[in-house]
Amino acid sequence: MRFQKYFPVTGLIAAVIAIQLLTYFTDSAYMLTQLTMSAYYSLVIIGLCILMGYAGQISIGHAGFFAIGGYISAFLTTFNLLPHTTNSLVSFFSKTGFLKMSEDLYGGSVLHFQPWAACVMAVLFTIIVAYLIGGPVLKLKGHYLAMATLGFGIIVYRIVLGTSFFGAADGLSDVPPFVIFPGLEVSGKSSARIQNYYIASGLVIAGVIILLNLIDSRIGRALRSIHGAEDAASAMGVNTAKYKLHIFVLSAVFAAVAGALLTHYNGGIGPSEASVMKSVRYVAIVAIGGMANLWGSLIMGFLLNFLSMRGYFGSFDDAVFGAILIIIMLFAPEGLLHKDFFSGIKKMFSRTAKEEEKA
Amino acid sequence: MDMNIELFFQYLVAGITYGTIYAIVAIGFNIIYNTTGIINFAQGEFVMLGGMIAVSMHAFMPLPSAILAAVLLTMIIGALIEITFIRWLVKPSVLRMIMITIGLSIIIREGALHIWGESVRALPYFTGTAVTAIDAGGVFISPQVLWVIGISSIVVVALNLFFSYTLLGRQMRACSSNRDAARLCGISAKNMVTFSFVLSAGIGALAGCVVSPITYVQYDSGTGLAIKGFTVAILGGLGNSMAAVAAGMLLGILESFSIWVMPTAYKDVISIAILLLILFVRPSGLFGSKEAFSLKEF
Repeated sequence: MRFQKYFPVTGLIAAVIAIQLLTYFTDSAYMLTQLTMSAYYSLVIIGLCILMGYAGQISIGHAGFFAIGGYISAFLTTFNLLPHTTNSLVSFFSKTGFLKMSEDLYGGSVLHFQPWAACVMAVLFTIIVAYLIGGPVLKLKGHYLAMATLGFGIIVYRIVLGTSFFGAADGLSDVPPFVIFPGLEVSGKSSARIQNYYIASGLVIAGVIILLNLIDSRIGRALRSIHGAEDAASAMGVNTAKYKLHIFVLSAVFAAVAGALLTHYNGGIGPSEASVMKSVRYVAIVAIGGMANLWGSLIMGFLLNFLSMRGYFGSFDDAVFGAILIIIMLFAPEGLLHKDFFSGIKKMFSRTAKEEEKA
Repeated sequence: MDMNIELFFQYLVAGITYGTIYAIVAIGFNIIYNTTGIINFAQGEFVMLGGMIAVSMHAFMPLPSAILAAVLLTMIIGALIEITFIRWLVKPSVLRMIMITIGLSIIIREGALHIWGESVRALPYFTGTAVTAIDAGGVFISPQVLWVIGISSIVVVALNLFFSYTLLGRQMRACSSNRDAARLCGISAKNMVTFSFVLSAGIGALAGCVVSPITYVQYDSGTGLAIKGFTVAILGGLGNSMAAVAAGMLLGILESFSIWVMPTAYKDVISIAILLLILFVRPSGLFGSKEAFSLKEF
């Protein structure tokens, strides 16, 4: 019985493989690019889903964490340390194997951090920032929490936009591939398209398994009690502040990992990844998925990001997300994939059917 | 940078000008917050709409009537928004209201993008041109600055009179202090909420008109103003419009002088950092009472 909760995971794995085979047989492997990117964004969304849906804390600043992960990875793997080799810190990193020499486009040599080292540092930095911000921010509620997280997101956006070594408005480019081991790398090369799809999807599956275990554990029950009634939970001895903070940091890490890897996949990152609109989009998708509904958020994250990146929404991209957010919040605040919503619709139709019968 | 007295006053004037606008946006927040307990995340969009509509109207009509038309149209938009999206909700949760108003702000912004495009627009200076300046003892003040400060002062005084001496204003205040008691006295709380949206849309639009010659207006200029307006509203104590004026000046001046120590690109970082600091340290605001704050629900 304990493994029952993993049945949907096998379904997810099957769906991931089925989609790849579908693109193979329909000769549309080019779609794997957008599917891979959707998978990375879905990672942010399931992390946010745990924070919003289960711990009940809104964050309109998660694009900030995504951008911190992406920008630090991009910066460390592109910034040339060659003129600074005399610096003791640089030589320390060089001796310990953190650095790597490679050639740039013009044949010059560049000394930069190994992608794995950059990724680890990006995640560590995100953890520090998330703890520092999360401590005071999570004491706030309602409008204040929303505004504070929004403010954090804007600060990150303004900093990357206004800082020259983060490329200002152009962002950072020429980020090297992340070689996990020879033959397996996170990069945008078309020859590595299938393996990248599986790397990203595998990461999402791993994330889902972690979160499913979390939901079903002591922590998960504590979280739901916080969402239900925070005062009651803390009266029962649940250390609400600690749990909220840990979940906040965990969801920030999900966002940072997604940011770092997507940056390697795309070969660069721009300030738009840190924009308020991105944060709002993540929140909207979690809301559409049904807040405390990991699978709903995951499916919606994949689907809506994919549709958006394939350009189905045209120039109304942001407006579509805004409209969906309003409609969901007006008519189905429990989310679209919530069972009550479907039974509600069924009831609505069955009622009209009965009335028609009478007439 | 050299700190001479003329430069000091120049920055001070710039700070006061921006501070006035922030205060007006904050008052817009407060009016809606007082009657509904909602923070309207689309408040900045009213300011943008006011500026944009006035610029478009000015193509057909003289400046004063263009501004009047812009304010009236934005008020109608405010009323329509409240009636369509908020009026019929039964006791919505705070989270739901946050999401709905955020969604509205996106829709208005994207609508503006499709109507007016990405180009930056501005109304002409109300008197003189961009280079006209009044020399006040070495400090050069654009006449538009006087317009901004003058019109904002009139708005603040008029609002005070409205809330103290008119029946409608008193009804709105009754609703904000005790909704149920107000309804027992025969006041339609729902209509008061609609009025509060109309009023704050109108004030926002007027602010957008007077400031547009100096700051210009673009489809996305609402968000930045909204976050600063909110900072000021919090700084003064949410719901307290008089304190918002003082807080607005404070933020405007701080921001203006921050250029001395930090690059201009980080100007917004300063105001948001102040917002976070206030939220962390004293969420009741500089002038708000801590006891009253602890009784409020969020």
